[in-house]
Amino acid sequence: MTLQILAIILGSLTIGSALMVVLSKHPIRSVIFLVITFFFISSLYILMNAEFLAIVNIIVYAGAIMVLFLFVLMLLNLNKQAEPQTSLFTKLTGVLTAGTLFSVLIAALKDSLVLGKTYTAGNSQIGLVESLGNLLFSKYVVPFEVSSILFIAAMVGAVLLAKREKQIID
Amino acid sequence: MNPAVNNIGSSLDFFVVVAIALFSIGTYGVLTRKNMIVLLMCIELMLNSVNLLLVTFSKYYGANDPQIFVFFIVVVAAAEATVGLSILIMAYRSNKSIDIELFNKLKD
Repeated sequence: MTLQILAIILGSLTIGSALMVVLSKHPIRSVIFLVITFFFISSLYILMNAEFLAIVNIIVYAGAIMVLFLFVLMLLNLNKQAEPQTSLFTKLTGVLTAGTLFSVLIAALKDSLVLGKTYTAGNSQIGLVESLGNLLFSKYVVPFEVSSILFIAAMVGAVLLAKREKQIID
Repeated sequence: MNPAVNNIGSSLDFFVVVAIALFSIGTYGVLTRKNMIVLLMCIELMLNSVNLLLVTFSKYYGANDPQIFVFFIVVVAAAEATVGLSILIMAYRSNKSIDIELFNKLKD
């Protein structure tokens, strides 16, 4: 019961900070609120015993990706409130579309919601580092190696794209 | 493992609702914001909501495989963020702004 109250509080805080990401005008504030959202999502993972993913989420998302976003914001000196105002029509359309998507997804997943049931708690090893590592390096070892090729491709692509060309300077 | 920690099954549906709400918020952000960095951040938010849904159902079905998928989604999201941000830097160099409305040169 305490855990349920905790889950509801943390989930509401997650949704609130995610709303602040979208609603705040200042890009730096959006980045900070997104980091807070990722920390809350990690806390939800911990509530579901997925400790490996909680740590990976903090390290990779809050630690690496958001620092990259902050670096780009600071390097391009974009931390001023220069964004043009969106029209009321666009905002209304956005609210309508997001609300429709929300209700349609809730209606579609309503039958799969596990109302009142406890999940199959037979295997309490789910989400722990040892079992995930065993699975990752036995069944999913080929995708794991392929993802390193993806990283090399992304690295080369990022360097090539962000490299300043000679003609543009002259 | 403490069984009290495991026994939160009745609130798993709440996690599904949170994940759907996060996805809708990300959709709203993609539709209304004009700053390209905020757009990329909203895409990250949507990816995270899908991760949350996958973890929820992995707990429900008692399988480890969805969490491996979440791991790969995190890997792909990292690669996507790097390439997206370098494209953003290129767009900023060509028209000194990251307004998404100015990024429609393919149209004409």
